Amino acid sequence: MLTIKNLHASINGKEILRGIDLTVNAGEVHAIMGPNGSGKSTLSAVLTGNPLFTVTQGEVFFNGKNLLEMKPEDRSREGIFLSFQYPVEIPGVSMANFMRTAINAHRAYKGLEPISASDFLKLMREKKELVELDSKLASRSVNEGFSGGEKKRNEIFQMAMLEPKLSILDETDSGLDIDALRIVAEGVNKLKRDDNACVVITHYQRLLDYIKPDIVHVLYKGKIVRTAGAELALELEERGYEWIKQQVDEE
Amino acid sequence: MSTEKTYIELYQQFSHAIQKPCAPLLNAPRDAAMDAFIRMGFPSSSLEDYMYTDLSSAFAVDYGLNINRLSIPASPNDVFRCDVPGITSWVYFVVNDSFYIAPHQPALPEGVIVCGLNEAAEKYPDLLKKYYNQLAPNGEVATVAFNTAFAQDGFFMYVPKSVTLAKPIQLVDIMRSDVDFMANSRNLIIIEEGAKAQFLECAHTADGVQFLSNRVTEVFVGENATFDYYSLENTHNKTTNIASLYLRQATSSNVLVNEIVLHNGLTRNDVKIDLQGEYCQTMLCGMAIGDKAEHIDNATLLIHAKPHCQSRELYKYVLDDSSVGAFSGKILVAKDAQKTEAMLTNRNLCVTPTAKMKTKPQLEIYADDVKCSHGATIGQLDETALFYMRTRGLSEADAKLLLMYAFMADVIDNIRIDVLQERIRNLVEKRFRGELSKCTGCVVCK
Repeated sequence: MLTIKNLHASINGKEILRGIDLTVNAGEVHAIMGPNGSGKSTLSAVLTGNPLFTVTQGEVFFNGKNLLEMKPEDRSREGIFLSFQYPVEIPGVSMANFMRTAINAHRAYKGLEPISASDFLKLMREKKELVELDSKLASRSVNEGFSGGEKKRNEIFQMAMLEPKLSILDETDSGLDIDALRIVAEGVNKLKRDDNACVVITHYQRLLDYIKPDIVHVLYKGKIVRTAGAELALELEERGYEWIKQQVDEE
Repeated sequence: MSTEKTYIELYQQFSHAIQKPCAPLLNAPRDAAMDAFIRMGFPSSSLEDYMYTDLSSAFAVDYGLNINRLSIPASPNDVFRCDVPGITSWVYFVVNDSFYIAPHQPALPEGVIVCGLNEAAEKYPDLLKKYYNQLAPNGEVATVAFNTAFAQDGFFMYVPKSVTLAKPIQLVDIMRSDVDFMANSRNLIIIEEGAKAQFLECAHTADGVQFLSNRVTEVFVGENATFDYYSLENTHNKTTNIASLYLRQATSSNVLVNEIVLHNGLTRNDVKIDLQGEYCQTMLCGMAIGDKAEHIDNATLLIHAKPHCQSRELYKYVLDDSSVGAFSGKILVAKDAQKTEAMLTNRNLCVTPTAKMKTKPQLEIYADDVKCSHGATIGQLDETALFYMRTRGLSEADAKLLLMYAFMADVIDNIRIDVLQERIRNLVEKRFRGELSKCTGCVVCK
């Protein structure tokens, strides 16, 4: 589904990603872990087309299409979704208006008619329950006045609405209490299917207790330095990142 | 002074023709007003109050004036068809500066008068004597003096004591001419003690010639009265629209003024609200949406003359392409106006690097126990929000549209007529989508 080859990216002339290779197949859950500043969030930003970052080398293919040539909105319409580490507040834009515009953009891309008002409301109601968001969600401004937990649940809600093929969860566990974490993780698990995939970016093992990864990668200094099964996450939880840093720095 | 000279000579030469169709009450202040105009001349950008908008060049066009009151070769209903679903209102027209009643209007409540200004001056001289030309600052504002000298007709509305109008009164101003044309129409609105009324004025252009509309409106709001004044401009790019509103509030009155410029050429809106009684409430707001080379200048003055009044002022601009916005808002709190609460806010979005906004919020306070604030911001669309929206599949254009629309939301929320609020919401959205780049007829009504 996703193939990343030798990806280099920089911001303001500073190189952050220094040769990432990664393949994600349908049905898989990947975890990308790593110490602070290793490039985890940069990877998600580059995959979604954040204009602040420049790709200097390498290529990314998504279902056979050259992802790096696509605008951010087309990447979304092709099925890539990012759950933001810091969801953006947009005063004055209601969730309903935001989501309806998004869904209709996705539908237009597929050559479909706009969604009817009643189908849209039904869809919203259904998906809202998945992450236990309150009934007034539709009329609230996007993320404005949301608590930390609500913002993250709102990200998963949007994911549920858009049904992406590849979801990237960027530090979705940060700032969440244990209940919110459970709700978010359960939401993600319910959306899991054989034909979609998920990349979970996290600093801690905690979220991985709820969302079980098939493959765990460690990102350090802009490269994937270790790849193993779920047991790697447990080892990191126990031993921290120091030992990997030492090993890598020695290599 | 060559532009002025043309008009001064016109006035002197046709003085008799100007006065002939008019009631004595309209003619009485003309000469003094013309003298004041001669002293001042058209305002150019060398004057502080016109720093951002040079009006003198706008008058340099060779406009026709309809001094002899020739009838206009089109009835307003041919030019304009009104079928607002939901908005039931009493509808009147001023074509250039001539008053028309739309056919099939239901009767007004007893005592309420709506007619042409000249007709009012003939039929109700006592009212006119008391109110006409009492607020217009002929000695200070050249365009107002010019209007007083030339005005021959316009709109008159009188709502007597304790009468509530169940529906809004709508006035549609249409500029209509086959040659470049100027009109100086004049409105007078009197809302007596305890009365309640809502008024909507829409400004339109029906032909592709150059227009200059120089309109003066005087409004008196009595004790405990409630009055809403909405103005909506949707004129073409070759229009100069100068609209000056002078409003006086008596004790415990409640006034809302909301001035919306959707589409225009060169616009100068002056608003002066004088709080001459205690416990007045005033909400003054406005919005301007500019693109191409449109130019919108709002100059407001809110005078807190008496204690215990509250005012809020909010103006917002979204400027695209090479459009220019200007705002100067002043709140003056007199020495005796203790316990005044006044808030003045001006917020602006420049969507392109070539759009320009100039803003000057001012407070002038002589009382010592007041709560006042003022502020202005000029910014761009939030890039982080744009990117966030695009990652959800919204095109850049749609994302911008939602953000611009959201920016204007609070001005629209201040409209106190539900159906009008919904209508304006639609119009603003359409405008941002680029679907209102032309303006034929009344968009409120089509």
